[in-house]
Amino acid sequence: MELQVNHVITWMEKSNEKIQTNKDFLSALDRAIGDGDHGINMARGFNEVVTKIKETDYSTVSDVLKDVSMTLLSKVGGASGPLYGTAFLKMSTSLKGREKIDYSLFVNAVSEALNGIKMRGKASTGEKTLVDVWEPIVEQLQKDSDFEAVTIETTAKNSMEATKAIEAKKGRAAYLGERSVGHLDPGSVSSYYIFSALSEVIKEGV
Amino acid sequence: MSHVGIVLISHSSKVVEGIKDIINQMVPNVVVEPAGGTEDHGIGTSVEKILQAIENAYSEKGVLLFYDIGSAMMNAELAIELSEHENIEIANAPILEGAFVASVESGMGKTLEEVKQAAEKAVK
Ligand SMILES: Nc1ncnc2c1ncn2[C@@H]1O[C@H](COP(=O)(O)OP(=O)(O)O)[C@@H](O)[C@H]1O
Ligand SMILES: [Mg+2]
Repeated sequence: MELQVNHVITWMEKSNEKIQTNKDFLSALDRAIGDGDHGINMARGFNEVVTKIKETDYSTVSDVLKDVSMTLLSKVGGASGPLYGTAFLKMSTSLKGREKIDYSLFVNAVSEALNGIKMRGKASTGEKTLVDVWEPIVEQLQKDSDFEAVTIETTAKNSMEATKAIEAKKGRAAYLGERSVGHLDPGSVSSYYIFSALSEVIKEGV
Repeated sequence: MSHVGIVLISHSSKVVEGIKDIINQMVPNVVVEPAGGTEDHGIGTSVEKILQAIENAYSEKGVLLFYDIGSAMMNAELAIELSEHENIEIANAPILEGAFVASVESGMGKTLEEVKQAAEKAVK
């Protein structure tokens, strides 16, 4: 199985649908431990992403991901802009010049994305940020030997829910210290939507 | 004589406009470029605005960036990675006091390193 341009486009469309549907929920989560704009930021960014990639012809997965990245960098506004923008940029760079994206190249790309997020946010696991979803996902992808819809969905969901118990050490929520415990991390929830969308793409057949 | 340019990055355009006014009153010969708020005038930061501000503030002596909170620093680092210029640095200093001290030093013709060090000592 391999990942193609149309798969990535569907992946972004499905991510966008989930983000638009849950826009208010994401902002409400951010209102509890941040400034309340995460839903607005992500909805604006992904809406622009879908508009951009639909009107463009692509010959490689790397090129699509590059446009996803550039659009998120310039349109999102909050911390999630440079973070997701860097993630997709690293994916794009790691797949540059590749015609066929097999499973191992894909895993490598997501792993590079995780490294990019950690570098940009100076964050590591257990700090109540989207790293707490991306890191377990990369570990799970490395365990699997092919695209698995179910493990991606389950891992993303469980790790997103686990952020509730964590005390924030990075991002705006860190200013709240202990008061951040008991709330889901908004960035981890949006990351869950992105991986849930990926899981659906795989289910439909990569 | 060229001077180290100063770029102010904040979530709010009002914050950086105000800081620029305070600095320019005392140091009129240094370019202080604001990069505040998002493209659509909201609260946030924009890597494109920062890149443009770096272009406007650029001199051969380099540019020093100041930021306010969280994502402003991420976008500042990103702008440095995306910029074609080499001599750009980020000061880890309070944006108002740091940029003020930096501008005074820059106005005296100091180097990027000297200006940055002075800014980082601005408030302990
Ligand atoms: N330093 C960081 N490292 C990793 N992730 C971060 C960091 N800062 C914030 N985040 C993530 O970004 C999310 C907030 O995004 P958003 O609300 O769009 O930005 P902002 O905090 O600028 O308002 C958080 O829930 C968290 O997952
Ligand atoms: Mg926010």
